[in-house]
Amino acid sequence: MMEWLQPIQNLLGPVWLPLWTAVKIMLIVMPLMGAVAYLTLAERKVIGWMQIRIGPNRVGYFGLLQPLADGLKLFMKEIIVPSGSNKFLFVIAPIMVLMPALAAWAVVPFNAELVLSNANAGLLYILAMTSLGVYGVIIAGWASNSKYAFLGCLRSAAQIVSYEIAMGFALVTVLMAAQSLNLGEIVRGQHGSYGMLNWYIIPLFPMFVVYLISGVAETNRAPFDVAEGESEIVAGFHVEYSGMAFALFFLGEYANMILVAFLTSIMFLGGWLSPVPFLPDSIVWMFGKVAFVLFLFLWFRATFPRYRYDQLMRLGWKVFIPVSLIWVVVVGAWMQTSYWLW
Amino acid sequence: MPEIKNYTMNFGPQHPAAHGVLRLVLELDGEVIVRADPHIGLLHRATEKLAEHKTYLQSVPYMDRLDYVSMMCNEHAYVQAIEKMTGIEVPLRAQYIRVMFDEITRILNHLMWLGAHGLDIGAMTVFLYCFREREDLMDAYEAVSGARMHAAYYRPGGVYRDLPDSMPQYEASKIHNAAAVKKMNENRQGSLLDFLEDFTRRFPTYVDEYETLLTDNRIWKQRTVGIGVVSPERAVALGMTGPMLRGSGVEWDLRKKQPYAAYDKVDFDVPVGRNGDSYDRYLVRVEEMRQSNRIIKQCVDWLRVNPGPVMASNHKYSPPGRESMKQNMEELIHHFKLFTEGMHVPAGEAYAAVEHPKGEFGIYLVSDGANKPYRLKIRAPGFAHLAALDEMARGHMIADVVTIIGTQDIVFGEIDR
Repeated sequence: MMEWLQPIQNLLGPVWLPLWTAVKIMLIVMPLMGAVAYLTLAERKVIGWMQIRIGPNRVGYFGLLQPLADGLKLFMKEIIVPSGSNKFLFVIAPIMVLMPALAAWAVVPFNAELVLSNANAGLLYILAMTSLGVYGVIIAGWASNSKYAFLGCLRSAAQIVSYEIAMGFALVTVLMAAQSLNLGEIVRGQHGSYGMLNWYIIPLFPMFVVYLISGVAETNRAPFDVAEGESEIVAGFHVEYSGMAFALFFLGEYANMILVAFLTSIMFLGGWLSPVPFLPDSIVWMFGKVAFVLFLFLWFRATFPRYRYDQLMRLGWKVFIPVSLIWVVVVGAWMQTSYWLW
Repeated sequence: MPEIKNYTMNFGPQHPAAHGVLRLVLELDGEVIVRADPHIGLLHRATEKLAEHKTYLQSVPYMDRLDYVSMMCNEHAYVQAIEKMTGIEVPLRAQYIRVMFDEITRILNHLMWLGAHGLDIGAMTVFLYCFREREDLMDAYEAVSGARMHAAYYRPGGVYRDLPDSMPQYEASKIHNAAAVKKMNENRQGSLLDFLEDFTRRFPTYVDEYETLLTDNRIWKQRTVGIGVVSPERAVALGMTGPMLRGSGVEWDLRKKQPYAAYDKVDFDVPVGRNGDSYDRYLVRVEEMRQSNRIIKQCVDWLRVNPGPVMASNHKYSPPGRESMKQNMEELIHHFKLFTEGMHVPAGEAYAAVEHPKGEFGIYLVSDGANKPYRLKIRAPGFAHLAALDEMARGHMIADVVTIIGTQDIVFGEIDR
């Protein structure tokens, strides 16, 4: 690619590859962090409007500098390590939440060319990475030496593990339809002459719903935010965290939200593909679809009361897992017939 | 092998669902409540003792601060106790004004309760919607008394002043420009009664809005149906009153059973629940808001066509008019005596109770004939309800404790006094 970089590549020799990869990682992570920051602003604005409020509008025009101010505030705050906590685990837990949330982005394609690693087992890698986040949560709850945090981490662990199953089955149907684990291939599998009608959301609609709701549960968002349960266990697993350590949890949660939005649009909404045949495919579609899914996340939060912990587990085990199991079989049988058009 | 022990958790007083300063010591088996032990007293301000050292009139503002979300209802019980002992005749117009403001207060309280209950269960938006309407009613408070919360509007013998002919207006600011303010002031151009009439027209649609968000919401139902069930027998035995009792299916409302003020002259229904769970209590309170709205409408209509005095004319107990005081020696003396020494209530005792938004709010007053009460005992409805928390919460989960605290409509001002 990019011929004009050739002289630098020749100059640096073997150092080139790791250096160039690092640059590419920065090119993904930096805008991602910016997106996370502005997602928080968008959340406050959107929910504000839904609640007949204005939302932040004091820092900068339209509140545009609010995320920076919040970041600065968190950055300058003291990180309090509670007495009786395990200091090493306490510090490492937020890192363990954020790292997998960022690492998962390695295989996410933004358009046909723009992807850091065009891994063939991309979907598997994403599943593995998003599952790792729960360890950080468990460690955070355990290391805090607080009963509220402990309850929060237990809830979170149970919740993430059970929703991962339903989510996994949703992904199984997608890879059956696409016959590939490569995320780019999955999008290309949805390409066709009918625009929107070629997307997997049409045959896999129940799975789309299961995936989206599991995604909300997986990222601990309302109405499945029992792990943080503001009014029950205060903030759950991160109740003892302050300053930058808290900010890392926050970044991890929002990065995961954006990731789930990206995956939803890649797997069910045709990624960068245009919804109508007469418009060109473009990265703009991708971002538009992601923004729509993120808006759904915010909308849910403004509308629904919170599930109780046992009701949430019931929904996961007794509704989503059976539904997705059945749909796996249905899709499998459907694909053997001539009526499978995708 | 170590012994398996239950987990003891300290819930509050610094807890978002503690509704002020409730401290619960929860004994948990996993997430299931084995025992819930409420600890009270963190907001104790010795109101009853303070009242023994103040003249009767000076204690009126203390009543506002008992249950600080239903201010005028507290005052009502207190002035009623004094009126009972002194035998002052309260003019009918004042009675109607009191009924109207009692019902405004009921709506204020239930809106606050609905918002907080929603917030406890995780539905944030209802809270903000409720506060939008509370703002209008607060303005009605402000118009009659000058204060938006702690009104001190009811006085022994009537109310402080007649209803005003104008409403407080919004003023243009950095956030709202002149055009926006003009729109906000649109329904504030007439008198307080015009404003309230407009409110009673708008309010039912607002209640519909809250109900769209909650009543048929599956998650809301899952969180409230069957939670904190109280049988009618237990509800009576536990001393529950108000919506807590009616939610269990006992038809008991002091406004109907022992009518006071002008409640026998207005038409309203008393909603009663069936199952005694949190969802029924929710429905009862929402319906009460609609009924209160009806009562306000009737009071507005009556007050429009029936001018008259709003204060008793016995100047041993109620201050004389400003004008007559300046021309008349005797009135001047009355005024001076009333605001320095205060009124003397004949020796004896009386219990006066009102149907407060939370239940039966009673004042037991003992006088030895001096200018201050010998003893003032407050019967706060929330106290009995909180005492039932343990029974209601046993066997439920932590999240349900939050629902139960919400459904009890706990306010610590009245429990700790």
